[in-house]
Amino acid sequence: MRKVLAHQLVWPVLALVVLLVINVVATPSFFDVRMQDGHLFGSLVDVLRNSAPVLLVALGMTLVIATRGIDLSVGAIAAIAGAVACTYIVGSDEGAAGTAIVASTTALGVCVLLGLWNGFLVAVLGIQPIIATLVLMVAGRGLAMLVTDGQITTVNNELFSDLASGFVLTLPVAMLVALLVFGLTALVTRRTALGMLIEAVGINPEASRLAGVRACTIIWTVYVFAALCAGLAGLIIAANTNSVNANSLGLWIELDAILAVVIGGTSLAGGRFSLTGTLVGALFITTLEKTIPNIGIPSEANYLFKAVVVVAVCLVQSPQARAALRVRRPAPLVAKAAVS
Amino acid sequence: MTQMDLQPPDVAEPAATTPVIEMQDISITFGAVRALSGVGLRLFPGEVHALMGENGAGKSTMIKALTGVYTIDGGTIRVGGEEQHFSSPAAAQAAGISTVYQEVNLVPNLTVAENMLLGREPRRFGGIHVRAMNRRARETLDRLGIEVDPTSTLGEHPIAVQQLVAIARAVDVDARVLILDEPTSSLDADEVAKLFTVMRTLRSQGVAIVFVSHFLDQVYEIADRMTVLRNGRLVGERMVADTTQLELVQLMIGRELEVLERLDREVAATSARESGAPVMKALGLSRKGSLEAFDLELYDGEVVGIAGLLGSGRTEMARLLFGADTADHGELHIRSERRRLRSPRHAIDRKVAFSSENRRAEGVIEDLSVADNMLLALQASRGWLRPIPSGTRQRLVTEYIETLDIRPPDPQALMRNLSGGNQQKVLLARWLITQPEVLILDEPTRGIDIGAKAQIQQLVAELARRGMSVVFISAELEEVLRLSDRLVVMRDRRKIAERPNDDVSVGDLLEIIAGEARTQQEESRA
Repeated sequence: MRKVLAHQLVWPVLALVVLLVINVVATPSFFDVRMQDGHLFGSLVDVLRNSAPVLLVALGMTLVIATRGIDLSVGAIAAIAGAVACTYIVGSDEGAAGTAIVASTTALGVCVLLGLWNGFLVAVLGIQPIIATLVLMVAGRGLAMLVTDGQITTVNNELFSDLASGFVLTLPVAMLVALLVFGLTALVTRRTALGMLIEAVGINPEASRLAGVRACTIIWTVYVFAALCAGLAGLIIAANTNSVNANSLGLWIELDAILAVVIGGTSLAGGRFSLTGTLVGALFITTLEKTIPNIGIPSEANYLFKAVVVVAVCLVQSPQARAALRVRRPAPLVAKAAVS
Repeated sequence: MTQMDLQPPDVAEPAATTPVIEMQDISITFGAVRALSGVGLRLFPGEVHALMGENGAGKSTMIKALTGVYTIDGGTIRVGGEEQHFSSPAAAQAAGISTVYQEVNLVPNLTVAENMLLGREPRRFGGIHVRAMNRRARETLDRLGIEVDPTSTLGEHPIAVQQLVAIARAVDVDARVLILDEPTSSLDADEVAKLFTVMRTLRSQGVAIVFVSHFLDQVYEIADRMTVLRNGRLVGERMVADTTQLELVQLMIGRELEVLERLDREVAATSARESGAPVMKALGLSRKGSLEAFDLELYDGEVVGIAGLLGSGRTEMARLLFGADTADHGELHIRSERRRLRSPRHAIDRKVAFSSENRRAEGVIEDLSVADNMLLALQASRGWLRPIPSGTRQRLVTEYIETLDIRPPDPQALMRNLSGGNQQKVLLARWLITQPEVLILDEPTRGIDIGAKAQIQQLVAELARRGMSVVFISAELEEVLRLSDRLVVMRDRRKIAERPNDDVSVGDLLEIIAGEARTQQEESRA
């Protein structure tokens, strides 16, 4: 039992379960899943589908944070991806499937360039990540506005719209895309040595450099990956509304993503990361957003509840609070706090 | 099992009668690991008490138990006869127990006085009464005979002075007990003497001092009694005057000193074998502000010892040879080909390895496992796409844990939980796994116990015998002399001498360094 309690995923999973229970109490039909026209419908499916963008952004963010970095520009990058894709679709054969594919590929290509830019600032020029990505966070929305001419661009393309609202094998496409990326990321980081090298760089950059780790390349890679994930999220968000508003697409999603990562137990100080934790974190945030209206509180209050979660997470990670709660963790944490 | 394990712990009676601290039957467990079991410590007013033991014997754990950093699972701690349960270092301090750690935990950009009275500044009108603060700091410093201006900025002073200030800070709170954890590891001989003077002053004022050090000579110079630990157990309590150094070492490592003696014989058998082309050759290599141009040739199967004082350019030389710093001028040839080393990675690809003197900042990855730490360099050079197959992984890790006698022998243990000596062995393994042709070791034995030290020295000799070219840097001249085939002497960021190690004595070596100093003085006078 102690071993189970000591596992780092216990608290996030427990929190998620509590939220689900609250929902079931408020709406007994919450867990009901119906089959309709060969598709699965229900609140749970909604949560899974809606969590796709946050999960995608958070996956990229997890790796960035593991290298001691942070990427604030992901929301802006999502907006640029949506803007590029929608503008391209409107500008060519609007309904054709091929158009949607070219548009999405182009958008993701742009995201890779943006990721290279971020990575260049952080890994090569050595600018602090929070400042380096702030550049694109601010400038990116402007770029997206330039692409859309400041208009809300509406598109009409079935394949593109399927990215958000379509179904494959009875399951929502958005969810499948996010889970696929999750699976691939887990595979690549844990089956190759990438995950270990990322952690090494995050824990002790100088020691890693002296051991021959190409820290520069690794840091560059994670920023490109984060931008790519953000782009994918942007496409899904745009496809969901069949339109792009450069001002609001993916606004503040970087904060949700960071929150998801932290809930999942990856420390903002870098080092050890948990992709599964991030998955749970993303699901938690989406469920929370669903829970608030479900128990009869106006959804504007969402931010308040997220704030409560942030406070709770901080408390759980604080050595002093742990000591007060008598969570048995031997003293190194306290000792470290006392020294620093 | 040696005979010693069967005997009950010894007891040594001091002059004073009532102990100020009495720890009895202390046990601490971390998870499944028993860090201390049934150890005790008696501390009397007005004594310097050495806490002895190898790395991982439990010295640090014991100190942390006493100062409330760790909670004890069993046993009692009595302070002045009363049983105490400290829940935090602050509580221990309030009871008169102060600690000064190896790394000075002070604020470099505040003044000496501010540092000494940080958190308990004399106040007036709601602000800090600066004059009273400086006066009080001055009084304490005078009482201890420390000559330093309380209004000067702490960071301006050498580390030794900062350490003395840390001690002054500790005793300013009316300390009855002062714990000094490895206070001398970064001090030179003069500074150690100064520290000892302060310690003697405190002792005469009735303070009980716990002294932890790896330097046996220092223990014999300053300590009155000692408590010896081994593997988390109490071996005994002794009067320093009644115990020979040999006996002490035997108590600490629990086996005969054969290891060390055999080592001396084996090393003597290795001889210089300069033959063929050098594996590495530096011609006029230099770096502005760091090291003046030097020439150096390294040959297969040879140990080159680099001697010199702290800051003489030993480390800088090693870093240039490894590409950790890039050279401004000069040439570097590896296996007769000219190479520019722009990063450590280039050097590693050319089969050069470098273990930094700064274990914590430049060596260990604390939150990764022992296995990951060992395989880091090999994995980095393979690239992330080619993970080391799990079979090979397991074989390498098990093999090196065994050969280097790494404790605990658990590949999954987190690096941060290992003692200094064992961390050093893991770092050595990290480089040996890459099968280097040139191995540069910067202070590989600093701050580790005598057992591990002997093992590492033995390993270096063995590696050279098998054909590796080893560069061995150490502040301990005896060690350099024992291991090296050839000696390079550094001073003031310059290479000042190079000679084969044929019956060179410590005195000779010191003379080279000092002789150069004399000529320099004469030059400056002229």
